[in-house]
Amino acid sequence: MILEQAPILIVVIPLMSAIVTPLLGWWKRDLCYPWVILSLLFSTLCSVIVLNTVMHDGVIHYYLGGWLPPWGIEYVVDHLNAMMLVLVSGSSLLVAVYSRKSLETELPDRIVYFYTLFLLQVTGFLGIVITGDLFNLFVFLEIAALSGYALIATGEDGAPLASFRYLILGTVGACFYLLGVGYLYMITGSLNMADLAEILPGLYDSKVVLVAFSFFMVGIALKMALFPLHMWLPDAYTKAPSVASALIAPLMTKIAVYVMIRIMFTVFRPYFSIELLPVTKIMLYAGIMAIFVGAVMALAQKDFKRMLCYVVIAEVGYMVGGVGIANAVAIKGAILHIMNDVVMTLGLFAVAGILTYKMKNHEIVAFKHIFKKMPFTMAAFLVVALSVIGVPPTCGFFSKWYLIQGSVMAGNWTFVVALLFSSLVNIVLFFRIIETGYYDFDPAGSEHTHEENIVVNEAPLSMLIPTFVVAVAIILIGLYNQSILINIIQFAVPKL
Amino acid sequence: MDFIIAKYNYWIYIILMMIGFYAMIAKNNLIKKIIGMNIFQTAIILFFVSIAYKKGDATLPILTYADAHGAHAIRAAQYMNPLPHVLMLTAIVVSIATLGVALAIAIMMYKKYHTLEEDEILKAIK
Repeated sequence: MILEQAPILIVVIPLMSAIVTPLLGWWKRDLCYPWVILSLLFSTLCSVIVLNTVMHDGVIHYYLGGWLPPWGIEYVVDHLNAMMLVLVSGSSLLVAVYSRKSLETELPDRIVYFYTLFLLQVTGFLGIVITGDLFNLFVFLEIAALSGYALIATGEDGAPLASFRYLILGTVGACFYLLGVGYLYMITGSLNMADLAEILPGLYDSKVVLVAFSFFMVGIALKMALFPLHMWLPDAYTKAPSVASALIAPLMTKIAVYVMIRIMFTVFRPYFSIELLPVTKIMLYAGIMAIFVGAVMALAQKDFKRMLCYVVIAEVGYMVGGVGIANAVAIKGAILHIMNDVVMTLGLFAVAGILTYKMKNHEIVAFKHIFKKMPFTMAAFLVVALSVIGVPPTCGFFSKWYLIQGSVMAGNWTFVVALLFSSLVNIVLFFRIIETGYYDFDPAGSEHTHEENIVVNEAPLSMLIPTFVVAVAIILIGLYNQSILINIIQFAVPKL
Repeated sequence: MDFIIAKYNYWIYIILMMIGFYAMIAKNNLIKKIIGMNIFQTAIILFFVSIAYKKGDATLPILTYADAHGAHAIRAAQYMNPLPHVLMLTAIVVSIATLGVALAIAIMMYKKYHTLEEDEILKAIK
């Protein structure tokens, strides 16, 4: 009985917990941390149940309040968003476990409100992923975005301005999305995705539908920081508190990619998005540009977190370009890359959070002797870095492999070059950290090293364990990528 | 000319939206940006309310009274639609929440840097 309600529970549990959190914190502040973990644990459990049900029994339709679509709001869970649900709830659970120590140093007097917003943020993410209704998606998009602005604004010096700029651009993005919904509603009178997919094919030559589609695309591209629209991202994610960037950076951009795939291939037919309009061609070139610009800009950064932000921008290019190639192999690669990128970015920002916690600084120059001081953290970092570079046993290799295979099949060599270029740049990026952390090149030329002064000063276990879970997950996803592809992702790829 | 007058509400929405958009992008003062953002969002509300209204012999959005029975018997372009108003109630709530967050962030910055001009704040950060 309760299992039938699992789809709604995924969203409702964090939402209700977010309302209770301030009251709980008012009574006893220390209870907030276990409370957040408990609620996200239940939410993750429900997502796993839903994924399991989808894998065995196919697509789940959940009607809110028993109102049938197209009038009522409907939650639809297929393979693609079942996977996303597990990723979102699982990674936010890890970040919640990770959050305690970092928050105690960075925001000691705002922990209660931080956790409230944290849960709201997760609610928004989960809602975007699970819903089958366009307007409902907009509302969740704004819930996620608004709590994100607030979380980012609590960061270090300059964070409010970064957050304000993000707010302005994010609002433009969401409003464009809303306009897209409006234009589709004007001509079809429906907001339900499945219902729209039924009605729209007869209207594909209408200009209203074209306008709606372009508003959707631009709005979502703003939200996912696709190359020319990425200006808000580096500042916002660099200056946010470590925990907030570890939560938002892996998820927000990837969820926007999910929304894009959903609109291109579920609301509209692949035929419309690929053959009728040159949309995929534009996406391909935007993706290639994003990869080049992201890689080059990442090289120029002196700040570790800022460098990671540009890596994120390049990774968005991978996924958008992969969808832009528009054959089954490349889209399979893009969807697998959504999964890998959530895990990898989470790992990178978790390590950045630990380093910030220990060094009180995230400039690369400050990372001297970190390999000796924090052997375990840096071991996890090495795994994540190898995965971002794309070394075989880790998961990053396989999604890149499918993306390259897909673009070779499509005969698009520019994208292949972009992917290889980005991999090479990633090698330089991460070996720069390793160089700074491992060797002690004194610019003055004096050879004495202070080996006796360096003691192991490892991160607290509550931060180390989630980071290790991520590192292990990266290797496991890499090893079991075939079974993930066969059981989940091959059903998520649209039939072209 | 006829094209402009017949659809004047849509033209107003576009003009309002562009005014808001201009203020959001070009203004240096944060409060002006916020006002621009609000105009932008209000324009979208006007757009949604406009699509609900039909002139002439509009039909009722009730299935039993539609031309033929069934889920898509009624055409969206023909009936008076109450739903966009309801959607806009939600959108108004969203826009007020956005306004609140934006003003709160602006206050944070004012307390810290004692100015609301973006370039001055940028100078104060570095």
